[in-house]
Amino acid sequence: MKHIRVIARAAIDRSEHTGCGECQASCQSACKTSCTVANQPCESKRVNRKEASGNK
Amino acid sequence: MVHLFEMLGSFFCLDVPSGSVITTDRLTYLLLMLRNGVPGALGELSTFSGEERAEAEAEIDGLIAEGVIFSPEIPDSVRLADGVVKAMCLNVTHDCNLRCKYCFADGGAYGGKRGSMSLDTAKAAIDMLLASSGTRRNLEVDFFGGEPMLNFETVKQTVAYARACEGAFGKRIRFTLTTNATVMDEGSIDFLNREMSNVVLSIDGRSEVHDSMRRFAGGRGSFARAKENALKFRAARGDKDYYVRGTYTAENLDFCSDVLFLNDCGFDKVSIEPAVLPAASPYALGMSNVDKLKGEYLRLAEEYYKRRSALGRDKFSFFHFMMDLSGGPCEKKRLLGCGAGAEYVAVSPDGGIFPCHQFIGRAEFGMGNVFDGLRPNGIPERFSANTVSSKDGCKKCWAKYYCSGGCAANAYNLNGRLDAPVDYLCELQKTRTECAIAVAALEASDGFGTADFGAAANKA
Repeated sequence: MKHIRVIARAAIDRSEHTGCGECQASCQSACKTSCTVANQPCESKRVNRKEASGNK
Repeated sequence: MVHLFEMLGSFFCLDVPSGSVITTDRLTYLLLMLRNGVPGALGELSTFSGEERAEAEAEIDGLIAEGVIFSPEIPDSVRLADGVVKAMCLNVTHDCNLRCKYCFADGGAYGGKRGSMSLDTAKAAIDMLLASSGTRRNLEVDFFGGEPMLNFETVKQTVAYARACEGAFGKRIRFTLTTNATVMDEGSIDFLNREMSNVVLSIDGRSEVHDSMRRFAGGRGSFARAKENALKFRAARGDKDYYVRGTYTAENLDFCSDVLFLNDCGFDKVSIEPAVLPAASPYALGMSNVDKLKGEYLRLAEEYYKRRSALGRDKFSFFHFMMDLSGGPCEKKRLLGCGAGAEYVAVSPDGGIFPCHQFIGRAEFGMGNVFDGLRPNGIPERFSANTVSSKDGCKKCWAKYYCSGGCAANAYNLNGRLDAPVDYLCELQKTRTECAIAVAALEASDGFGTADFGAAANKA
């Protein structure tokens, strides 16, 4: 495309298997008074990435 | 719904339901504004040729057909409380050696008596967490206070007890600790670096800013000691998580200088939060400060992007600008937010359970105690249903999947309702989110921004 660059597609996973609850509670990290949640990593994706890189 | 914004010299479009992000040239940005109901773009659009416009329109239509932008609204699937507790804030002490002027916890006492949590109470809290965590494997315990390092022996023994028990339950507990960094030595730094998956050290920034707010009980400023200890801690921390975290107030509206100062001191992971105080406080922030504070976040985003580009991304992380545009949390997590009152609770030194540390001492929010367990009084259901899908002010907000509707305690403390977010905090959150998306988008595309589309499509 000449006028647009797509940076991220469908970043919010709404599929049924989500919501495992294994990720970190957002207020436990570095805020304690706010609720920024979008910067929390998804635990299952993190584990999958780690396993994938370990298998290389 | 899409949200269009300009940041760091580039134009961005966020598709709210899907989280897709695109960057565009000026021509396409104007066309998107028009489609988003902003007729003011028409005049400038007339300076572009019909051929150019048709080309850009075709690209927009293609992405709409693919569901990348203007994607359909989908009903949210809220996960209500299921009786599981997986994260706990353990207030191991209600005492502090500092008397910070903005402290929400009454100098550590939380409006009650000063005192410490016994090891028996801490063990009962761990027992309750392990027994209440259902099928969740990853659990969290944050040592908090007051100043938790004043009860360091209990911290150490609680960690040892939990480590001895977690395996039998098939769990892994991540420990974190929040400290004012004034009560540390080599031994405690070694322990924290070994056992804590994250440590938050409170320093507000420039020495005069910090010392104005964060003083020892005797009145002396705590900056020199906190900085010295925090640097020792940082040097020994390696690549494990930590954050130096500050609070800004009406006294340092130029807080960007404090964040940059902390980075200049040698701290690569920094966070800073707006103070949340009653309007009568001389240090309170409010809507009248929002323009100035937004400008500070923009200044920070520019300098942040510059520093990370020049020195390396690992040299500077600002908590609220860290965003993984393609691998962030799922929808249910974004709706749930911090999970306070449901899967996340706080425990006071006497074993009382509350929705989070900010509700400790408020009898109307008591949820039971760690010896007798959670009391079925509807609080988990009330808190877990309090999402962006249920709050009138949030339903149509473009930032709703990035802030989860804000902090319920802040809403309750300032507006008297759990579901009434604080206006100035919403405004700041929106600006922070734009900054985070812009920085992440530019970094994800190796700096490719609006200027790179070429002069023809960007003429003003």
